[in-house]
Amino acid sequence: MKVALTVNGTAFERDVEPRMLLAYFLREELGLTGTHVGCDTSSCGCCVVLFDGERAVKSCTMFAVMADGHEITTVEGLAQGGKLHPLQQAFWDCHGLQCGFCTPGMMLTSVAFLKKNPHPSEGEIREALSGNLCRCTGYQNIVKAVQQAAGELAAEPVAEPVAVS
Amino acid sequence: MSITSDSEPKARHSVGQSMKRKEDPRLIQGRGRFLDDIVLPNMLHLAIVHSPYAHARIVKIDKSAALAVPGVKAVLTGEDLTAAGLAWIPTFHGYDKQMVLAVGKVLYQYQEVAGVVATSREIANDAAELVVVEYEQLDPIVDPFVARRDGNILRDDRENKTNHIYHWEVGKRAEADAALASSEVKVKQRIYFQRCHPAPLEPCGAIADMNGASGRLTLYLTSQAPHAHRTVVSLVTGIPEDKIHVISPDIGGGFGNKVPVYAGYVVSAVGSVVLGVPVKWVETRTENLTTTGFARDYHMDVEIGASKAGKLTALKVTTVADHGAFDAAADPTKYPAGMFGVVTGSYDFPVAFTELDAYFTNKAPGGIAYRCSFRVTEASYAIERGMDLLAGELKMDPAELRSLNFLKKEQFPYQSPLGFEYDSGDYETTLRKALDRIGYTDLRREQAERRQRGELMGIGLSTFTEVVGAGPGRLFDIMGIKMFDSAEIRIHPTGSGIVRTGTRHQGQGHETTWAQIVAEELGLDPQNLRVEEGDTDTAPYGLGTYASRSTPVAGAALVKAAQRIRERARKVAAHLLEAAEDDIDWIDYKFQVKGVPGKTIGMKEIAFAAYTNPGPGNEPGLEATYYYDPPNMTFPHGAYVAVVDVDRATGATKVRRFVAIDDCGTVINPMIVEGQIHGGLTEGFAIAFMQEITFDENGNHLNPNFTDYLLPTSLETPAWETGNTVTPSPHHPIGAKGVGESPNVGSPAAFVNAVMDALAPLGIKHIDMPLTREKVWRAIRDSGA
Ligand code: FES
Ligand code: FES
Repeated sequence: MKVALTVNGTAFERDVEPRMLLAYFLREELGLTGTHVGCDTSSCGCCVVLFDGERAVKSCTMFAVMADGHEITTVEGLAQGGKLHPLQQAFWDCHGLQCGFCTPGMMLTSVAFLKKNPHPSEGEIREALSGNLCRCTGYQNIVKAVQQAAGELAAEPVAEPVAVS
Repeated sequence: MSITSDSEPKARHSVGQSMKRKEDPRLIQGRGRFLDDIVLPNMLHLAIVHSPYAHARIVKIDKSAALAVPGVKAVLTGEDLTAAGLAWIPTFHGYDKQMVLAVGKVLYQYQEVAGVVATSREIANDAAELVVVEYEQLDPIVDPFVARRDGNILRDDRENKTNHIYHWEVGKRAEADAALASSEVKVKQRIYFQRCHPAPLEPCGAIADMNGASGRLTLYLTSQAPHAHRTVVSLVTGIPEDKIHVISPDIGGGFGNKVPVYAGYVVSAVGSVVLGVPVKWVETRTENLTTTGFARDYHMDVEIGASKAGKLTALKVTTVADHGAFDAAADPTKYPAGMFGVVTGSYDFPVAFTELDAYFTNKAPGGIAYRCSFRVTEASYAIERGMDLLAGELKMDPAELRSLNFLKKEQFPYQSPLGFEYDSGDYETTLRKALDRIGYTDLRREQAERRQRGELMGIGLSTFTEVVGAGPGRLFDIMGIKMFDSAEIRIHPTGSGIVRTGTRHQGQGHETTWAQIVAEELGLDPQNLRVEEGDTDTAPYGLGTYASRSTPVAGAALVKAAQRIRERARKVAAHLLEAAEDDIDWIDYKFQVKGVPGKTIGMKEIAFAAYTNPGPGNEPGLEATYYYDPPNMTFPHGAYVAVVDVDRATGATKVRRFVAIDDCGTVINPMIVEGQIHGGLTEGFAIAFMQEITFDENGNHLNPNFTDYLLPTSLETPAWETGNTVTPSPHHPIGAKGVGESPNVGSPAAFVNAVMDALAPLGIKHIDMPLTREKVWRAIRDSGA
């Protein structure tokens, strides 16, 4: 089945099995291995990508063909013009990652969340991230990172990275 | 190049700095390289067929339908492996053997029965469903106390027809029994530390690549111990060790799960040897939770004696351990129950005794050190729960009881009644700090008021001592290999360098911490010291990263290797400064001619000279290696306080506050240490309240995925308040003790003690973990209150 979509600003067209999951499409067809797979029950959030610049979706829970005609942003598309996205910078600054396996999903979930809620409380951040598991950090520094990024994104809205087709 | 250096090394006082992590830039940009990210030309994929039964005889396996699927290259069974001599492999410490693919019968649900190798993961999975296995069901045993009766022998392959695996004991039985019998006050409690699973977010996996031309087998493994795995593979297969190359790429969390050798590793290797192309196996989450290393599963009878005034008189702990179908527990060879002997904890017991019997059951094998230095978590939980039960019996404040019985600062080094020599500790200071920080007196007052109103609020303590850093070679080995570790440092001509150790981090931050250690010793910039681990072709031999051994062992090797570099550099400095070697001091991160403060030279300049002008008779280059056999273990400790509110109507628990004061000796990177503590506390919280692997009476695994095996999310995880005290280890070259596991070892008791303290007015003394809402609600209901 044909699928045509935009990933991190680049248009791709591929012929794939209808049952191919978007996560594996990104990883195996496009070689974008920053999107991880950590479970088979849609529980962990390691696979989260940004859908049409707005919505965080678990790419293990979608068929690649469902993304036909849409725009996907993965962790590889977050940094723009050689500059880290404020969330990437904040995860680094705040020690928001240890093994780094959950990190891409955490950051992309946060990107979508901060678009909807640019000035979140700690409780709101914890709620927003509750679909993403992390086994290493205990979440505290992840929450701190999202708070730092929220401050920066609110201060300079130009830094918002959306995949542009 | 001038011989006096005025450059200020940025690395000054590198140790003790919260340096941002060097591994992060690749990980935050999706450019890490985890096992499943690796794709090799012509690579095939392995899927495994699992047993639906916990105990059954295999009557027949029909591969034909699977083999007929286009794209399927091979279907391997236990019989095929028998032909290759690989149907069974030795377990971790070599006392037992385990099946790779089932032969004759299956001994636990989800046991590996066949492997299907195909051109894609999807085809392999589809074909795996077409492998037809005919079983004849047998009666399973899921309870070690039933196994103990030997009514039904599970392992008919073994010479000894019994389900009993081994008996282990340490201490003085008769003296402990006598002291308990004559104690004024006694408590005794059966405490179960439930079977749980570390569940790192990246599952286990392997890519085997046998190069038929060179005869060399490259194994990419999610391995916490790549060298040990290379040796095991060589011993098991007979392939010479130089023909095996193990690469452990970025690892997405390990927590002990990635220490053992799993069936998928072996079957992918056999597949690659047979088919001549690379074979990849990546387990599913279900496979991870059902077949790879579980942890704990100890049933402990804890008995403590004391005087009426609260002075401890004796400790006895009797344990029944459930090891599952094979004795694959990950413990050092001479320590079948790991470091369980640390069960006397932080307290001055005049006499103690502990014994343990392990049994086979129809459950997955394991018994790995889940964020734990080999059974220390079980031991800490037992003693810290026991102390609270005793405080309850004595009607004494649990903080006061602990204080009264702590080992005193002056007692170190302390010879414990169960055989350890504690290196250093200052328990009272740590406890005081924790109590002050949380406002203990005020909380007890608040609790009294709330109790008046019928509200359930609890305060729980845990003042644990850990034993980590395995370990001294005279005591600790795995299959005979001593548990030393190693470091190699190469300083390049321009003053940067590469640092390698025999350990393998999985998120602990070695790429940063190791650079800091070396930078501190050499006065170089840690940013320009590249740390590399996990490749057996390049790294020096070491036993890997688990049991909080990296900093105590490999960290010490790094210091020693760096000091060797410094000694070589001193000769070059003497040449450049035109002074005798004995007249060269290392002061303020530079070499200086004794008594001539202006005549100095830094390591960066020395590095260049080492390759361009080392001086007559001096060996050119600047490299060193060190293999460190630690003289003793290290003994980190901590004081944790949890405040928990319990809802009487629903049994819901809410951790209101948690203060953790840790003492891991010298801190290398405070930010990383704090991160480790956050993570460990969260796992301790998960174990106390959520995580348990359960089975029904037929041996069916009841939580084989993340919808049933519950892990805490950001929502329920409490906010952690951390702090530390510093009692350096006297025998570690920089006084560091290791920290990754302390919070996971120490915290479960603090949570449970807090909940039990909340429930104390209802007469409830003990509930086994995990303290789910349902269990707490039932206990409240049954209390009749
Ligand atoms: S891989 Fe776990 S939610 Fe997608
Ligand atoms: S950093 Fe390891 S799972 Fe989150």
